[in-house]
Amino acid sequence: MINKYFFFKGFKSILSYDSPAIALGCCFIAIGALLKDLGFNIQESVFSTMLTYALPGSLVMAESLLIGSSLLNIFLAVWFVNARLYPMAVSLFPLMMHKNQPKWKYYFSCHFIAVSAWLIMKSNYEKIEKEHRIDFWIGIGSATWSVAVLGTILGFYFSGYLNKEMMIGLAVVNPIYFMCMMVGASKTLEITLSVVLGVTLGPIFYFFSPEWSILLSGVIGGTIAYFISELNVS
Amino acid sequence: MSVSIIYAILVTSAATFLSRFLGAISSEGIKETSKLFKWFNCLAYATLAALIARTIIFPVGVLVETSYIDRSLVVIFSLIIFFAFKKNYVYPTVLSAVFLSILSILF
Repeated sequence: MINKYFFFKGFKSILSYDSPAIALGCCFIAIGALLKDLGFNIQESVFSTMLTYALPGSLVMAESLLIGSSLLNIFLAVWFVNARLYPMAVSLFPLMMHKNQPKWKYYFSCHFIAVSAWLIMKSNYEKIEKEHRIDFWIGIGSATWSVAVLGTILGFYFSGYLNKEMMIGLAVVNPIYFMCMMVGASKTLEITLSVVLGVTLGPIFYFFSPEWSILLSGVIGGTIAYFISELNVS
Repeated sequence: MSVSIIYAILVTSAATFLSRFLGAISSEGIKETSKLFKWFNCLAYATLAALIARTIIFPVGVLVETSYIDRSLVVIFSLIIFFAFKKNYVYPTVLSAVFLSILSILF
């Protein structure tokens, strides 16, 4: 079973003064309003956020629906955009693996992999004993996921009160918040180099292949950063 | 719309969950002290940085309606606020929304 103490400790981590809840909530308010504009009803909007829980993927789905893409095209477009979740999972789950914990917790909680929850966990995992990190992670994931669902509901119902300028303001909150978190997380050579190379290569590769640009810049930038930091250590 | 919304949601969630689940499965044999883990950590940070850069430089959704100059000004302004307030995340985040809204009204 899930250890309640560590679950709630994780859940409460979004209540801190510099919590990502504000940025995450603002973005999903924008998503709720966007989905309503696209013709989704409230159930479909909530269902979408609950099952997908990934902002770029939801935006791609919305755009694909607008231009009348097929289901296969939607699947491939979302898969490319959300492929970043794979290295994010591989760079997080080994920190939480423990022989006393059942596997279902890992398979179930992988749904919570998203930038906000991932960055919170990466900043806090050392404070938690390894055996209980998975319960802490489920707490963080449940909290951020709840904020996303709540934001979608608010956005859906309050979309009539949001003008274009307000929507623009809400949409920029998430990238700015993540940018600050990435800058704040750049404390070692390998992470700083990874961030700098990712920021530089991402837009360059976009000119050659918009679909592959994020993946390519992640693999190439990350690999260069890894080798440079290894050379520096040796 | 050519496809049902419900099918689109299911397909989107399947495509998203696939990467997450494969990541969780692959993690089983990787130790946190291994070089492979360190490499994946670099890949994750570089991929996220690329995603954020792309969101700001080549946005989708309503941000398309703002200019490169406005978005660049907001990034610079947010970084200044971030460092001025001892790496606080909330001030630059909230002020960036206000700043870009004002810029989009003015220009």
